Amino acid sequence: MLYRENGQFKSSYGEDQQMLPILQDRRVMFGLLAFAFFGVPFLASDYLFLSILIPFLILTLAAIGLNLLVGYCGQISIGHAAFMSVGAYAAYNLALRVPQLNFLVVLVLAGLVAALVGMLFGIPSLRIKGLYLAVATLAAQFFMDWVFARVKWFTNYSHSGSVSTAPVELFGWRLDSPPEKYLFLLGVLVVFTVIAKNLVRGHLGREWMAMRDMDVAAEVIGIRPVYAKLTAFAVSSFYCGVAGALYGFIYLGSWEPLAFNLTLSLNLLFMIIIGGMGSLLGSYFGAAFIVILPIVLDQVPQMFGIAMSTATTSHLAFMIFGALIVFFLIVEPHGLARLWAIGKEKLRLWPFPH
Amino acid sequence: MKSSSRLGLRTTIVAVSAALAALSAVQVQAQAKEQFFPVLSYRVGAYAPNGTPFANGYVDYLKLLNARDGGINGVKITFEECETEYNTAKGVECYQRLKGKGPTGAAVFHTLSTGITFAVTDVTFADKIPIITAGYGRADSVDGTVFGYNFPLGGTYWGAADMLIQHVGKLEGGLDKLKGKKIALVYHDSPYGKEPIALLEERAKMHGYQLQLLPVTHPGVEQKATWLQIRQNRPDYVFLWGWGVMNSTSIKEAVATGYPRDKMYGVWWSGAEPDVTPAGDGAKGYRSLVFLAPAGQGAVHKDIVKYVYDKGQGTGKKEEIGEVLYNRGMTAALLSTEGVRRAHVKYGKKPLKGEEVRWGLENLAIDAGAIKKLGFDGFMVPVATTCADHEGGSSAMIHVWDGKKWNVQPGTYTPDMAIIKPMIKASAEKYAAEKKIAKRDCAKEQ
Repeated sequence: MLYRENGQFKSSYGEDQQMLPILQDRRVMFGLLAFAFFGVPFLASDYLFLSILIPFLILTLAAIGLNLLVGYCGQISIGHAAFMSVGAYAAYNLALRVPQLNFLVVLVLAGLVAALVGMLFGIPSLRIKGLYLAVATLAAQFFMDWVFARVKWFTNYSHSGSVSTAPVELFGWRLDSPPEKYLFLLGVLVVFTVIAKNLVRGHLGREWMAMRDMDVAAEVIGIRPVYAKLTAFAVSSFYCGVAGALYGFIYLGSWEPLAFNLTLSLNLLFMIIIGGMGSLLGSYFGAAFIVILPIVLDQVPQMFGIAMSTATTSHLAFMIFGALIVFFLIVEPHGLARLWAIGKEKLRLWPFPH
Repeated sequence: MKSSSRLGLRTTIVAVSAALAALSAVQVQAQAKEQFFPVLSYRVGAYAPNGTPFANGYVDYLKLLNARDGGINGVKITFEECETEYNTAKGVECYQRLKGKGPTGAAVFHTLSTGITFAVTDVTFADKIPIITAGYGRADSVDGTVFGYNFPLGGTYWGAADMLIQHVGKLEGGLDKLKGKKIALVYHDSPYGKEPIALLEERAKMHGYQLQLLPVTHPGVEQKATWLQIRQNRPDYVFLWGWGVMNSTSIKEAVATGYPRDKMYGVWWSGAEPDVTPAGDGAKGYRSLVFLAPAGQGAVHKDIVKYVYDKGQGTGKKEEIGEVLYNRGMTAALLSTEGVRRAHVKYGKKPLKGEEVRWGLENLAIDAGAIKKLGFDGFMVPVATTCADHEGGSSAMIHVWDGKKWNVQPGTYTPDMAIIKPMIKASAEKYAAEKKIAKRDCAKEQ
């Protein structure tokens, strides 16, 4: 009843091929975007921006990147935080050594550097698949950890291995207040999501999905595996590189090599597994689950006025978080995005059962 | 249709007025005479064995002030702990969560992690909340003209490394006798562990000893390769710059490879009971720096037992009172509360904002008489800060573990500021240039 497409006729190819063909979808999406751009900056508190919304937006971007590789192209990677760190340090060095560059140019260049590195570490994917590829990408993680800790040029010979960045300035607009950072990140995320959506609906995305579903058959019908897999690695690393640069510059401000360690890689993987592999909406859900839920769980005893030692709260949060992961994967192995899709399907028929 | 809209209007008016009433009630409560102290701690994870006694000492002292004195000059102390797990991102989230609590916001933060210090330093300029990094943090934050809100009270890692070299030089019979000797630094591969390297390399150039750098990745339980290298290289001294389980693992590995423990020197964060007790008898002879407070119990501990533990309000176990890290937590709380007390002199005996507490911390003048009055005789050294010098004097002693307790050796060391001061200046200016911060003019601000 709510979601019926009655009366919505498409009279051109353009209308038929649009990203959101259902009118209700379009209305909700634009309403959500309008609220996110014009409502949230005035309503949310600083804490909500700095600790919840900003890391959520940045890690969603990284999760979209990883989803393009793992969900759409089927190449497992558990070293993607390495590409984030490549992007972050590339952006740091560019901003430091070529200060005249606009920050957007720095972001794109950092992404390109990360894409190159990603393609390099994606070469093993041409020969090995699955778990073995996962191990090869793990090598990327440890290698990058080592490079940024030992090769002092990358950290500008800092005593402590830690690097600091100045607040970002864009066309004279200095991003130092939380709502400004949030708006910038939201804009970047929306642009990159639209680009990703277009990529997966187009020729390249279809090649990726063919490689994922049955790579031998794809090769037989003429899809070049080298091209498909390496472009998947390149685009995915580009996204993660940009996300890493934003993570370092806007969220942390000051970071050390440990900020992009294996835990972050695994978190990204968990985000897309729980959110839904092969779905952009799944990246959003997964990032929300992994970023926001632990913070909420840490504060629940406080909110209800229960006096508990912080150690107990932490341990409880771990247990509940783990239990929820297991629960969601049992209930719906394809992730939260699939649950959402099922809900939408049922809404089309509601209140009728079939 | 019309009646339903009128009903809607009435309920809206009721709801809005109820909300306003609730809001005004909150406002009234917010004016209570309380000063909020956030407590960033880690009771979970690889660093919990060391973080827990520190947090217990900190919180116990705050509870003591409330129970015995009714707060600071009549202003009650409220506090809240937040678990950081020694993780930078979580530490920043805890900082953001707690900075606005209390009627005037958080008074002062102790980040208890060099990594979190680096990340939070950038934000303190905007938030105007001081952070005390007593014995850790950025060594260059001694310069108060650049790092207006950082207070490495009592010592930094450059000072610590300097004092260790002085002690080792004394053992050898003079700093010139260090030529040709081998010193290995086993350090935690994080900003904490890397901080002393600059000074040790500087001193290596001056005195001619060979410095071997051996990083250990977090969390530090994998040290077999490191100690194999030490066994092959046979350095004359090993400096240990670890934290959490890394410390106890290092000592156990030293026992396993047969490196003499009396040639191992830990920094003040690598010389506490949780580090030596896991190695059992093998840790006998291990020594480290100790600053501010040694292990033991004094007048203030008696008060804590009387006013806090006997009333069932103790945070940790009663047997752990008087341990090295517990005492250090207590002295950290003392520095926080004395900063607030000093600020009361200028701003009045009321809840203060972070900026006002900063003034108090910049004008600290804790002398021997004040220490005795506070009950910290033997467990605190005089601290005197200024706008430009946020360290307030640094000194340390060596203590040795004999299997049951720590014994402080006679002889106090102070860092050689002739070497360290130019390093601080250069590093602080580099930071100011990178972050585009204007230096403070101390003369004008007074």
